[in-house]
Amino acid sequence: MDILNALVAILNFVVIPAAAYGAQLALGALGVTLIYGILRFSNFAHGDTMAFGTALVILVTWGLQALGISLGPLPTALLALPIGIALTSVLVLGVDRAVYRFYRRKRSAPIILVMASVGVMFIMNGLTRLVIGVDEIRFDDGARFLISVQQFRAWTGLSEGLSLRVSQALTLVVTALACWALFRFLNRSRAGKAMRAYSDNEDLALLSGIDPERVVRLTWLIAAALAVTAGTLYGLDKSFKVFNYFQILLPIFAASIVGGLGNPLGAVAGGFIVAFSEVAVTYPWRKIAAYLGFETDGLLQLLSTEYKFAVSFVILIVVLLFRPTGLFRGKSV
Amino acid sequence: MAEPYLSAADMRGGYGKADILNGCTLTVERGQIAVIVGPNGAGKSTAMKAVFGMLNLREGSVRLAGEDITQLTPQERVRKGMGFVPQTHNIFPTMTVEENLEMGAFIRDDDFRDTMEQVYTLFPAVAEKRKQNAGELSGGQRQQVAVGRALMTRPSLLMLDEPTAGVSPIVMDELFDRIIEVARTGISILMVEQNARQALEIADIGYVLVQGANRYTDTGQALLADPEVRRTFLGG
Repeated sequence: MDILNALVAILNFVVIPAAAYGAQLALGALGVTLIYGILRFSNFAHGDTMAFGTALVILVTWGLQALGISLGPLPTALLALPIGIALTSVLVLGVDRAVYRFYRRKRSAPIILVMASVGVMFIMNGLTRLVIGVDEIRFDDGARFLISVQQFRAWTGLSEGLSLRVSQALTLVVTALACWALFRFLNRSRAGKAMRAYSDNEDLALLSGIDPERVVRLTWLIAAALAVTAGTLYGLDKSFKVFNYFQILLPIFAASIVGGLGNPLGAVAGGFIVAFSEVAVTYPWRKIAAYLGFETDGLLQLLSTEYKFAVSFVILIVVLLFRPTGLFRGKSV
Repeated sequence: MAEPYLSAADMRGGYGKADILNGCTLTVERGQIAVIVGPNGAGKSTAMKAVFGMLNLREGSVRLAGEDITQLTPQERVRKGMGFVPQTHNIFPTMTVEENLEMGAFIRDDDFRDTMEQVYTLFPAVAEKRKQNAGELSGGQRQQVAVGRALMTRPSLLMLDEPTAGVSPIVMDELFDRIIEVARTGISILMVEQNARQALEIADIGYVLVQGANRYTDTGQALLADPEVRRTFLGG
């Protein structure tokens, strides 16, 4: 039974949390990679777009809760999500018109757009703090567990427990649906193909009669929807804190670069690669080693959790050194 | 005499201060193949880009089917019936052959499946690879996709900027055969070519440009037979 216990422990402490976290990173990285593919710059404001959108979702959630509206076992935030996406889209389109369009018309170098996005990041960050404050906010309501540790022990008779939280299952389901819808849109629809064509060859897309401003608007809308969804799922799974959304930018960038910037499939794969590496490196493996018959005094933890961002850095450096176009052959940085 | 289908007259202009085109004139009749040849830096590609509106003309005019289109953007000229195949970066590499053709037909709201079938009939080699990414094809097949993409708008004038650059001689002959077939359907062709001798062999009319101006203009055969042209531009 020890091997079974070890497997359950791995599932409970590594696979499930990493899968949920990976899905959140994947959604974030999809937004970054789409912006990169179409607008040709790395959007530093993406993390704070996630934060701003999530803040709006929380406000709407509170409003719905005050009105007594809920989704039963599912978090009310799910109901607030479309409203949050719509409001964030308006803001993001406004920012594009006020800031990025100017540089796009001037055909500025990508680095100038990147710097502009750093400015946008600071403003959005301040705006979010102003709107909702800097404190940690928990906004998950409804049922907490799909499978709780006690239930699992009772079912299986194993000493090791396993839990699956509603927010984790929800993250995986929503991410799967979002990816399915996005890839279907990109591969089947006329507008989606126009986006890919524009990403592939801007000049030829122009010659073919594709309107670049429409492609750009569509890209911002999709990126905003993905960002708010990712931010809300991340907030439901952990908690909402503005600063955490600024920090999550690094693993998101790592994910999109690992997968190959501009390649949506790569962004999804990259999200899971970064998440699994981060969790596997920071998890203390002693308990699992003990189940398998290796008793040690050490924690068998390669890196303390405070240093988890180092994992993203290392992945970034390795990829940039050995395969700058990423695993799925995106554009080189 | 009736006005030629395309008439680009006395074009002067360039990218910066200095003019590259110094009074260049190009005309093409319906269904004709016109070839622009000349030494490096003669302004061959620039002349074609001027016809397509990618370059601001200081002087001169471009008329298509009797209509003055000098002030139109390249996109507007596509709608007027011009098709342009750039020399490089002329396909969408991560999209399939079929998607490339679809994007070529982006401005069309009607059913373009029959045009796509015509392109596939013209280029059987790429028809077999319609589900494959265009970037994975060989150089010659990519050129075929590029020409096919431009044909999807059913242009009346097809412009090709060095279509045979970087392809093998066998593929070049094959491409020229296809271009003749396209012209037989009534589409006018304006083409810039490095392989002057082979291109002039299929040309109804040839333009030899030097320093942005017309030096010799005659039928392809006549230019090939002209000892002066042979000695100076065709290497004997």
